[in-house]
Amino acid sequence: MVTYIIRRTLGALLILFVVSLATFLIFFGLPRLAGATPETFAARYVGKTADAQTQQMYAEKLGFYDPLYEQYGRWIGAVFTGTEYDYGTGVEQCEAPCFGYSFRTNQPVWEDLLDRLPVTGSLALGASIIWLLTGVAVGVLSALRRGSFFDRAAMTGALAGVSLPPYFTGLMFLYFFSYKMGVTAPGASYTPFADDPAEWAYNLILPWITLALLNAAAYARFTRAGMLDTMGEDFVRTARAKGLTEGVVVTKHGLRAALTPIITIFGMDVGLLLGGAILTESTFSLKGLGYFAIDAIGKQDFPQIMGVTMFAAFFVVVANLIVDLLYAVVDPRVRLS
Amino acid sequence: MATSTDTSAPEATQAPVKAIEGRSLGRIAWTRLKRDKAAMTGGVVVILLILMAVFAPLIVGWLGHPPNEFHQDNTLLAPELGGLPRGDFLFFENSGISGDFLFGLEPQNGRDLFSEIVYGARVSLLIAFLATLVSVVIGSTLGVIAGFFGGFVDTVISRLMDIFLAFPLLLFAIALVGVLPDRAFGLSGNSLRIALLIFIIGFFNWPYMARIVRGQTLSLREREFVDAARSLGARGPYIIVKEMLPNLVAPILVYATLLIPTNVLFEAALSFLGVGVQRQVVGEPGVTWGGLLADAARNYTVPHFMFFPGMAIFITVLAFNLFGDGLRDALDPKSKR
Repeated sequence: MVTYIIRRTLGALLILFVVSLATFLIFFGLPRLAGATPETFAARYVGKTADAQTQQMYAEKLGFYDPLYEQYGRWIGAVFTGTEYDYGTGVEQCEAPCFGYSFRTNQPVWEDLLDRLPVTGSLALGASIIWLLTGVAVGVLSALRRGSFFDRAAMTGALAGVSLPPYFTGLMFLYFFSYKMGVTAPGASYTPFADDPAEWAYNLILPWITLALLNAAAYARFTRAGMLDTMGEDFVRTARAKGLTEGVVVTKHGLRAALTPIITIFGMDVGLLLGGAILTESTFSLKGLGYFAIDAIGKQDFPQIMGVTMFAAFFVVVANLIVDLLYAVVDPRVRLS
Repeated sequence: MATSTDTSAPEATQAPVKAIEGRSLGRIAWTRLKRDKAAMTGGVVVILLILMAVFAPLIVGWLGHPPNEFHQDNTLLAPELGGLPRGDFLFFENSGISGDFLFGLEPQNGRDLFSEIVYGARVSLLIAFLATLVSVVIGSTLGVIAGFFGGFVDTVISRLMDIFLAFPLLLFAIALVGVLPDRAFGLSGNSLRIALLIFIIGFFNWPYMARIVRGQTLSLREREFVDAARSLGARGPYIIVKEMLPNLVAPILVYATLLIPTNVLFEAALSFLGVGVQRQVVGEPGVTWGGLLADAARNYTVPHFMFFPGMAIFITVLAFNLFGDGLRDALDPKSKR
């Protein structure tokens, strides 16, 4: 088990390293191929109006003349040890973990990321609970009453659900519930849970449902397929033959086996979500990580883009790792192979 | 139990036996598909959408106004309402829906929404189809190689897939489109953007395809007919092309069909976030359904503006999903619905 944990953790670190390298190359290497010079990079920090001499000075200071691997080395080094940015009029401290420093907002990117995390976290938490519960419940009921009216209605609804873009549902919700009926928050507002839990939930209810709808539909389809498979297995027949009640057979034997792959997908989905629910956040103007990313990209703030991408990749990799380890605990075959 | 009279019936009285006809897999699948009403509806809608995209100028000439034409006179738009269209239709308030403008007008600039929806199919389908092609080519090539050769090659390709799946896809695609120059590879403007979008969307989706093809190849590799071919002296490339590929066509076809709607959603999401194909004043209009929805978000009090583009995306994605699901059931001999 220990070797398995070590092997998996090392694998996760390797993936993070490759993702960071690829991200760095895309934002700092690819533009070079397309004709960007160290001066144009510097211009992003000091503004395009600065004269050539100033641009050169900053390109020198920020190290854009150095080979790419040195620049990457500095970036990754700063994550662990922190760094200082000298931008002429003063020196800016960027303490570890330093995920870059935005010269546009004069803030270390890490602080921005931490500011935004609660919004995205609240969104992900509420939505994932809703979609996991409804998706699995609908899927199980559909599988147990296969071919019934409920099954057909639920599966038609689920297919429609996975075909709906979240920003479309979100906009329609905003129109009906906020504008027409005035019963929900109009979006663009977030109250921290600690300040007022009721207000927190009230403001987030539409984004939660919007985000959950899409995933609940997908999970209902997975669960139904999984349940149909496991309920036909020999061990389920054995359980029935032992004289167990149908409820125990379904929950303890059928559902338990069908849930394992669902938990895998769930872990990855939540990991992906923590990096920013871009579409939902921008539909409701929620200032979370996804909104931050879009903003950074729109303003071409490379340190911010790089930071938020790495942050998001980190959550995906960690979620994968947790799922892998949980799997090994549940199923001994995994850690032995 | 058959009665004795049945078994002893003279052969002469039996109806003439129909000649046994060999049915190919394709034929069996087609017979099954024809019986699946949902899949056939999906298929017909897909064909209609393709026709709509191809003949967009004809349809618009017949039923609408050119997509770039502004209709701003006071009989159509109400300046006192900030340029909202005049006229209600059902619950579409201030939509301007009439026999002349089937889906109403865009607020402020008064463009014909019907024409824009028709033209939007062009960008959407072009990018979705070609991006799927890119994923299919990369995914099945790497999938077959990984599955067939196994060992070190398989490890490298599988790790590569893990890394790709750890990328926060949407975030990455947005950042990548945002960071690239206006002019490269001898292309500029929207043609460059379309090429980039096809490549980026296609490139990020290959691991899913590769995973499925790899799995199928792994199981095919152990089958008797492959052994037979090998014992007759066939080599790797021959076995892959002549023995494996025909057996892989069905799963590749099914997942390609199911990848198209994912790519439609992906393109629409990028356009919604403002990094898709850009609107042009002259020439090919470059209208996207996602882009229209982004504009609708700023005019959220007039529901027709969000309803029609949203429904266009929804119907397209649903049609492909229905058809893809049906195709999977038809091609899978074990399917039992």
